[in-house]
Amino acid sequence: MPVQYASQIEEHHAVRGAAGVFDVSHMCVADVTGARTRDFLRHLLANDVAKLTRSGQALYSCMLNPAGGVLDDLIVYYLNESWFRLVVNAGTRDKDLEWIRRHAQEFAVEVRERADLAMLAVQGPEARATTATLLPAAARERSLALPVFVGCEVGEWFIARTGYTGEDGFELMLPAAQAVEIWEALNARGVISCGLGARDTLRLEAGMNLYGNDMDETTHPYESNLGWTVALEPCARAFIGREALERVKAAASARQLVGLVLEDRGVLRSHQKVSVPGGGSGEITSGTFSPTLERSIAFARIPSGTVARVSVDIRGKLLAARTVKVPFVRFGKPLVSVL
Amino acid sequence: MSQVPADLRYTKSHEWVRKLPDGTCEIGITDHAQEALGDLVFVEVPEKGRTLGAGEPCAVVESVKAASDVYSPLAGDVTLGNPDLAAAPELINQEPYGRGWLLRLRPKNGASDTLLSASEYEEHLRAEGF
Repeated sequence: MPVQYASQIEEHHAVRGAAGVFDVSHMCVADVTGARTRDFLRHLLANDVAKLTRSGQALYSCMLNPAGGVLDDLIVYYLNESWFRLVVNAGTRDKDLEWIRRHAQEFAVEVRERADLAMLAVQGPEARATTATLLPAAARERSLALPVFVGCEVGEWFIARTGYTGEDGFELMLPAAQAVEIWEALNARGVISCGLGARDTLRLEAGMNLYGNDMDETTHPYESNLGWTVALEPCARAFIGREALERVKAAASARQLVGLVLEDRGVLRSHQKVSVPGGGSGEITSGTFSPTLERSIAFARIPSGTVARVSVDIRGKLLAARTVKVPFVRFGKPLVSVL
Repeated sequence: MSQVPADLRYTKSHEWVRKLPDGTCEIGITDHAQEALGDLVFVEVPEKGRTLGAGEPCAVVESVKAASDVYSPLAGDVTLGNPDLAAAPELINQEPYGRGWLLRLRPKNGASDTLLSASEYEEHLRAEGF
């Protein structure tokens, strides 16, 4: 996946306004199979796959170490009682598979990487309708009927109404040999090829974390704006990391991950120092220029508490930024005001 | 291959220099540099009157991807920073050798001229694998 195919900003606007396609085949798809798959995933993941009741339904979750640190974030799809599908990050593939397989033994489930599948994310307000034109009639109806965050099998394909952009769209998992043909057919129907650069600006505007930037093994979900993905109920569910998280929850997290909009001109970047009024400091975890807001935006990890404004050290200059609730942008519309 | 106008001088760090009739020099970044940076979204140009040494950082250009320093090809005093770039940094992408210029300076007398000719700069790009 290149950083950009043409102009990163044009690719970004194409997804907000029409449709773009991303080759995310580098991500790792792994099928977990066996009679006790659900029990296993309820042990492995911080979110609770008991919430998944309909075939094809997806859940976003963190996978934690015993200290509550985030090993990875992932999407889990429920196919049937003995088959769930995980999509994990590319950079953590080996570590994840090793970890998952190690814990799988006790539940006698099998973990199989699906390197035979390519993955294309078609995103934007026109993405679903355009993608559907490539499908046989029956599959077209089924895919267009999918609710948000649900997928379905269509022959050798798996089509899910999920994504990482804050727009409607599909993520397609399909035999790798068919990917180029589908990519070109989408291009021919006006769907723009998009690179890693646009993927980053879109996900940041959408308020979605990037593993390795915004959270990692040294941070827990409550200081990563991911508390909503941790299912402490029911209290009898003993998932990995639970005890550590309960301690954090009881003590209240010392740090929080917030959204920032830069009020001055400039560009927020990861690792810039953030100072909070009255003392205390933190740092930017992800920052960029938002093509939709035409302002720089970021996530920053700072001390907990209500903070309206902070200052950010950009090459020795202290610039003013405002804290905001993420997402910054959803379905093509700004959700935060800019001056 | 990116554009390399024959009438300009260049540096290995991808700046260009145009000698103006009044004896000052206009400085910018090359077509290759703007293409490598991608869409520019923020530019910081030097204040008038600032004295620059050759090779000293004199401007910052930021694309969506990254921030990058621009180094002064010559020693001298800044006579003007391009005032249009604050509102329209994309001028550098659109016209790197024209309206996307960064600054003008009056070179110090006797400053050694180690700048590259267009053909030398093209050779440098090829040597870097472009």
